[in-house]
Amino acid sequence: MVLVLALGDLHIPHRAADLPPKFKSMLVPGKIQHIICTGNLCIKEVHDYLKSLCPDMHITRGEYDEDARYPETKTLTIGQFKLGLCHGHQVVPWGDLDSLAMLQRQLDVDILVTGHTHQFKAYKHEGGVVINPGSATGAYSSITYDVNPSFVLMDIDALRVVVYVYELIDGEVKVDKIDFKKTSTSSAH
Amino acid sequence: MISDGGIDDEEKWLAEGIAGLQHNAFYMHRALDSNNLRDALKYSAQMLSELRTSRLSPHKYYELYMRAFDELRKLEMFFKEETKRGCSVIDLYELVQHAGNILPRLYLLCTVGSVYIRSKEAPAKDVLKDLVEMCRGIQHPVRGLFLRSYLSQVSRDKLPDIGSEYEGDADTVIDAVEFVLQNFTEMNKLWVRMQHQGPVREKEKREKERSELRDLVGKNLHVLSQIEGVDLDLYRDTVLPRVLEQIVNCKDEIAQYYLMDCIIQVFPDEYHLQTLETLLGACPQLQPIVDIKTVLSQLMDRLSNYAASSAEVTHCHVFFVFLPPWSMIFQTSPYIFVLQVLPEFLQVEAFAKLSNAIGKVIEAQVDMPAFGSIGLYVSLLTFTLRVHPDRLDYVDQVLGACVKKLSGKAKLEDSKGTKQIVALLSAPLEKYNDIGIALKLSNYPRVMDHLDSATNKVMAVVIIQSIMKNNTRISTADKVEALFELIKGLIKDLDGAPVDELDEEDFKEEQNSVARLIHMLHNDDPEEMLKIICSVRKHILSGGPKRLAFTVPPLIFSALKLVRRLQGQDGDLDGEEMSATPKKIFQLLHQTIEALLSVPAPELALRLYLQCAEAANDCDIEPVAYEFFTQAFILYEEEVADSKAQVTAIHLIIGTLQRMNVFGVENRDTLTHKATGYSAKLLKKPDQCRAVYACSHLFWVDDQDGIKDGERVLLCLKRALRIANAAQQMANVTRGSSGPVTLFVEILNKYLYFFEKGNAQVTTAAIQGLVELITTEMQSDTTTQDPSADAFFSSTLRYIQFQKQKGGAMGEKYEPIKV
Repeated sequence: MVLVLALGDLHIPHRAADLPPKFKSMLVPGKIQHIICTGNLCIKEVHDYLKSLCPDMHITRGEYDEDARYPETKTLTIGQFKLGLCHGHQVVPWGDLDSLAMLQRQLDVDILVTGHTHQFKAYKHEGGVVINPGSATGAYSSITYDVNPSFVLMDIDALRVVVYVYELIDGEVKVDKIDFKKTSTSSAH
Repeated sequence: MISDGGIDDEEKWLAEGIAGLQHNAFYMHRALDSNNLRDALKYSAQMLSELRTSRLSPHKYYELYMRAFDELRKLEMFFKEETKRGCSVIDLYELVQHAGNILPRLYLLCTVGSVYIRSKEAPAKDVLKDLVEMCRGIQHPVRGLFLRSYLSQVSRDKLPDIGSEYEGDADTVIDAVEFVLQNFTEMNKLWVRMQHQGPVREKEKREKERSELRDLVGKNLHVLSQIEGVDLDLYRDTVLPRVLEQIVNCKDEIAQYYLMDCIIQVFPDEYHLQTLETLLGACPQLQPIVDIKTVLSQLMDRLSNYAASSAEVTHCHVFFVFLPPWSMIFQTSPYIFVLQVLPEFLQVEAFAKLSNAIGKVIEAQVDMPAFGSIGLYVSLLTFTLRVHPDRLDYVDQVLGACVKKLSGKAKLEDSKGTKQIVALLSAPLEKYNDIGIALKLSNYPRVMDHLDSATNKVMAVVIIQSIMKNNTRISTADKVEALFELIKGLIKDLDGAPVDELDEEDFKEEQNSVARLIHMLHNDDPEEMLKIICSVRKHILSGGPKRLAFTVPPLIFSALKLVRRLQGQDGDLDGEEMSATPKKIFQLLHQTIEALLSVPAPELALRLYLQCAEAANDCDIEPVAYEFFTQAFILYEEEVADSKAQVTAIHLIIGTLQRMNVFGVENRDTLTHKATGYSAKLLKKPDQCRAVYACSHLFWVDDQDGIKDGERVLLCLKRALRIANAAQQMANVTRGSSGPVTLFVEILNKYLYFFEKGNAQVTTAAIQGLVELITTEMQSDTTTQDPSADAFFSSTLRYIQFQKQKGGAMGEKYEPIKV
């Protein structure tokens, strides 16, 4: 069993002062094995904070990230799953499911994680999963109105992944989950 | 061996003294065993003669004294039994006075005196008075101090205290107090005189020796505090004035410091509270070098603890309130206590008195270092915050006094002083957890002005952290003004501050904290919020180019949030003058982003212009949206030179433009034409290709009223194909092999996308052709093998298969395509 924290679009300090305290108290060091971050952290302090939660970090570059070394896309394998990571501002129209599906085919991944729209999404698509963890700080977005802070925790166990979505609604943390089982033939890698 | 002969000698002398003492003690015991009073007196006097030495240091002398003390206990027992056997205590009292030397005589007299008082054959006060007077016979400081200490020791349980068996018609607590005060006065004189004895070069050694003896003197104050009869009246009218008189008059800094501290430690807090004026009145009269600030700090700490401990009872009281009313009957005592203590502070005007005293002390002690005086204000502030948390005027007064002290001087340079100021300024923040309180204190910024620029910044960061920690909203423009005044050290370069020594990391961190702060400045009322934004804008624009990149974005987004709030209620309310309108805010935004050009930060500015354009789109204000786009395009053309930055910028431009629905045909055409043009002019062919096929989405917006220009979509896709071909050929020329087919697969996917969306221009034949082209390319010997391109193509084919098998309309649509 592997716990993967997926989050992004924090936009600190451009659009938000900090992560919500409720999230901060939930995210404790030593529980999470990998962090995947879609980008827009935007500053080193936030990078360092995430690193303190878990040293194994995978980050792609958002359009506001000061660190130019983050790649545009990244793939990694956890358990039996191949994961793809991209901020998403490169995929026009933004947040468009069919266009993201193309990226999923291009990266040839089971789970595609993107951000940019600040709207949390997780759905099964063409035998894979497409996830947008939303904005961890609930940052302003030109695309989405009334953004709630949210992040995603994935519990990966061999061929099974349970996606937990944490969303802060009116000061209360709401948790939702999506269960996904991979059939061993669903991907050709 | 120890080289210092003096220490060796002293050891030897002590050993000799102990030997002589033990020798005579041995014979004294024999005499006691055989009830031989005459011999007992003789040998005890000889034993005590050893204490006549002046060769020992106080430390060694004490060792000798303790041995003698033990022996005297035995002698006292003997005297007691002797009186039981019929020997008159009065005779004994006479008899011991025959001893030849005065020191042994007085020790014996004190010993018998103790038995005398216990016998009650004479009033205790007479015996005590006699003894304390007789002890004047010894004027050698060390010998005298120990002798009087012995007197104090043997008499302390025989004082005519209230409720004591020695209290009588003739003996009152007044006599007990008189006796102890007299002994104290005499001891202090002896102690002070010590410093004048011996050569000047040994002054340091002497002072060390003196401080070893101080507890002997202080013990008297302890005895006084233990006397039951010393109530507040007696303490206020007699004890304290007399003790202070002695302290002030002795004019000795060691004694003054020690004894003032002693008073504060041994007597109860409520006494201090009620005699504050007297106690504090003595402070300015002390010698100028006395460390009075420590003394006063101790006093204030004790008083604030006293107040705090009674405040804890207040909590209990709150708890009791929730009990049913009848239980209150049993819970009245803490209630009454609370009611008494805190008003007591007010009644005696503790704050005013302390504040006054501090002022006088600082005035009197001209040479007190800055950290000392500020330290005093820190203590006073701590006191105020704990005792009178509701009195902000007091808090401000303390800060004001501190400003007064600091004014006229240059900025503080010494680290101790600045540390104290930081402590002074942090205390109210920690107490109230609300920066709003600090903003009300008129003297707060004035104290900050006295900090050097580095410490000023540290303090500003502390303030910001406090706001963040407590999640404090700053909700009016006035408060924002006050806050920026406090943290101005971070906002702009202060005059005279060294600019070059900036550590870049530190600078970034500071500016990021300012950026975070901007999100805490908020009001739900749009008018006030606009005022806040204007105020913030004014301040951050004064920060100079190197700060703007940090501070402009949060301001822009704060303003965009306001725009969004106003967006719904755009209808001008019956001609009512509203200043907070989207149009007005867009003007501000425009001018603010413009400031970034001086940094220069064109990429950031471009992103912000696009954000504004989209916001203007949402507000349905076409000219403004167009203007923002124009600005973004100008920046792209003139300022964004890096090819990688261009790629990101073009995707943002296309992505934003794709979402715009405010533009009329003409404006839209201009902008899409520009965007497509930029795309085709990117440096690298693959980047060109991707940007161009992304542009296809500018002509096909997949919602109800969205533009759907299938022809121009196809033009983009064909153009992308041409570029992909060119890229392929270029790779052929330069590397002798074709580049990967990834671009073709990407374009294929775009064809599929528009095919599914119902763009009639995208035909199955074209898709079929593209599939075959890719298949051929991949089988060609000259093509570079790329597993990821293979996988991409396979998954695309799998997708086509998947769609074919889906059945229904989609399955039918895909039916003609063969893979």
